[in-house]
Amino acid sequence: MRKLDHTTIFFALMGSFLFFFVLIPIVNLMVSANPGIILNNIQDPSVMSALFLSIYAALAATIIALLFGVPLAYLLARNDFWGKGFVESVIDVPLVIPHTVSGIILLLVFNPGGIFGQPLSQIGLTFSDAIPGIIVAMLFASSSFVVNSSREGFESVDPRMEKVARTLGSGSLKTFFIITLPLSLRNVVVGSIMCWARAISEFGAIVILAYYPTTAPVLIYRRFVDFGLQESIPVAVLLISVCLVLFLIVRLLISGWKTYDKD
Amino acid sequence: MIKIENLSRDWKEFQLDHINLEIKNNEYFVILGPSGSGKTLLLELIAGIWEVDSGDIYVDGKNMTWTPLEKRGVGFVYQNYMLFPHKTVFENIAFGLNMRKVDKEEVKTRVNEMMKLLHIDHLAHRLPRTLSGGEQQRTALARALIINPKVLLMDEPLSALDRKTRDDLIREMKELHQKFDITFVHVTHNFDEALALADRIAIMKDGRISQVGDSTEIFRHPKDKFVADFVGVENIIKGVARKDGAKITLIDTGSISIYTTEQKEGPVHVTVRPEDIILSNKKVETSARNVFEGKITEIIDNGALIKLTVDVGEPLIVFLTRQSFLDMELNIGRDVWTYFKATAVHTF
Repeated sequence: MRKLDHTTIFFALMGSFLFFFVLIPIVNLMVSANPGIILNNIQDPSVMSALFLSIYAALAATIIALLFGVPLAYLLARNDFWGKGFVESVIDVPLVIPHTVSGIILLLVFNPGGIFGQPLSQIGLTFSDAIPGIIVAMLFASSSFVVNSSREGFESVDPRMEKVARTLGSGSLKTFFIITLPLSLRNVVVGSIMCWARAISEFGAIVILAYYPTTAPVLIYRRFVDFGLQESIPVAVLLISVCLVLFLIVRLLISGWKTYDKD
Repeated sequence: MIKIENLSRDWKEFQLDHINLEIKNNEYFVILGPSGSGKTLLLELIAGIWEVDSGDIYVDGKNMTWTPLEKRGVGFVYQNYMLFPHKTVFENIAFGLNMRKVDKEEVKTRVNEMMKLLHIDHLAHRLPRTLSGGEQQRTALARALIINPKVLLMDEPLSALDRKTRDDLIREMKELHQKFDITFVHVTHNFDEALALADRIAIMKDGRISQVGDSTEIFRHPKDKFVADFVGVENIIKGVARKDGAKITLIDTGSISIYTTEQKEGPVHVTVRPEDIILSNKKVETSARNVFEGKITEIIDNGALIKLTVDVGEPLIVFLTRQSFLDMELNIGRDVWTYFKATAVHTF
């Protein structure tokens, strides 16, 4: 057996603090919940519709993030241009501002009189206390995961490989779809799942922009405020289970996805 | 024909400065230069991988300077192959045909033919990462050749390969060049490769072309000291090699026959280092297999060393120390004997 030196032991002791700090509360929540009450909650339509709404709205936000985030990611990966650093910073801003602030920012522009809300209300889209509002709040909070992860994937594909494909007669857009995208698909998918999981967990922006209809995090908050800790636990367990399953899929994808350039 | 006029381009630390070059149809053209000379950039500009700052590129009389690269009809082979890692050998080679919407059956026939030609037919269903360097480069060559490009551009195609694989591929690339009506442009820093393959060679330095010519011209008459130092060889003779017994190869240059211990067959270049050649006034018995009589045609005094050219049917450069030169009382027109061992003869 390898002999451990003092530094390794010391660092392992220090490092395990954070590990247990995260793990113990989660495990504690899972074991403290009464399985019978959780089953009751699964049969509760208000709980299930909140969970379903969270998953569904988060999926919609992820698809929108993919549609606009992938082209942006490719641009950032392949081009240097004036103001590139500014564009990158703007994309990351939602990660560093409080989510309630995100909610206020969004409410200002998406309320029926706001600069986005007003024209969009003409075509029948309302955001305050409506599903589009939830999707917008989720998109704002989590789209950078798609952009940053996809970009990393595109950067790992040698641009000269695209050039070779083009000398063989493939146009530039086609080359993106048949060479670059398949080779960076893992990063795009991982980014999307991170985005999805983050969107499901979004609370701060949603609570300000669209308190109704109720998403799972809002439901947990309301139960906690109205009925106390015990009532909020079962929904919390259900929501965390969904998020953990998604997260597990990400980890499996990262470790198991076929990479072509390595053995 | 490729014609390059006043081509300039700045790119990071490289700069191409008013390049003018003409490459003939179906020629095997080698651009030879040290790293950092801008030769890869020049090749990529011909392919259209980057845009030029100024100047023009013509292929077969048509101005291609601003043609998108997928419409130029050039094939490109990189040193590190750039095979598509998610596609099998077969799919990699079929790529260009599929882009041209060639009928499925025809794709199959043509790819199989091409794989046979390059001896990779047994690898059809393997992914690139499972192949050796030589196999990957064969796949890359097949992928570029199958679309019948007007020009095949190759950037250091053999530099990442081991000696034996490289020798094999040099022989095969020569055959491929004869088989296909394609102009080959090959960039390298290795003059063995240039010597073995090139119809003509361009020497490149610091973003400029310093000399263009066939191998004999470049090696015999280097235009400046850079070319002379870079190619660094005095005696280069063309010939045809054939086996002469188990361990000896005989090279017929047209006027003399040279023995070597290297195993080669077919057209070759022979080099002998001047310091390996022994000179004497009369015929003597030695163990050297290569013995030629000739006349001194040129004497250059380099100080400590005297450089003589002896015409033995082929001009041979010989170095003598000043003392030996004086002792032998040599002068232009004098008949002398030259000796060198079969082991001192190198072939490319």
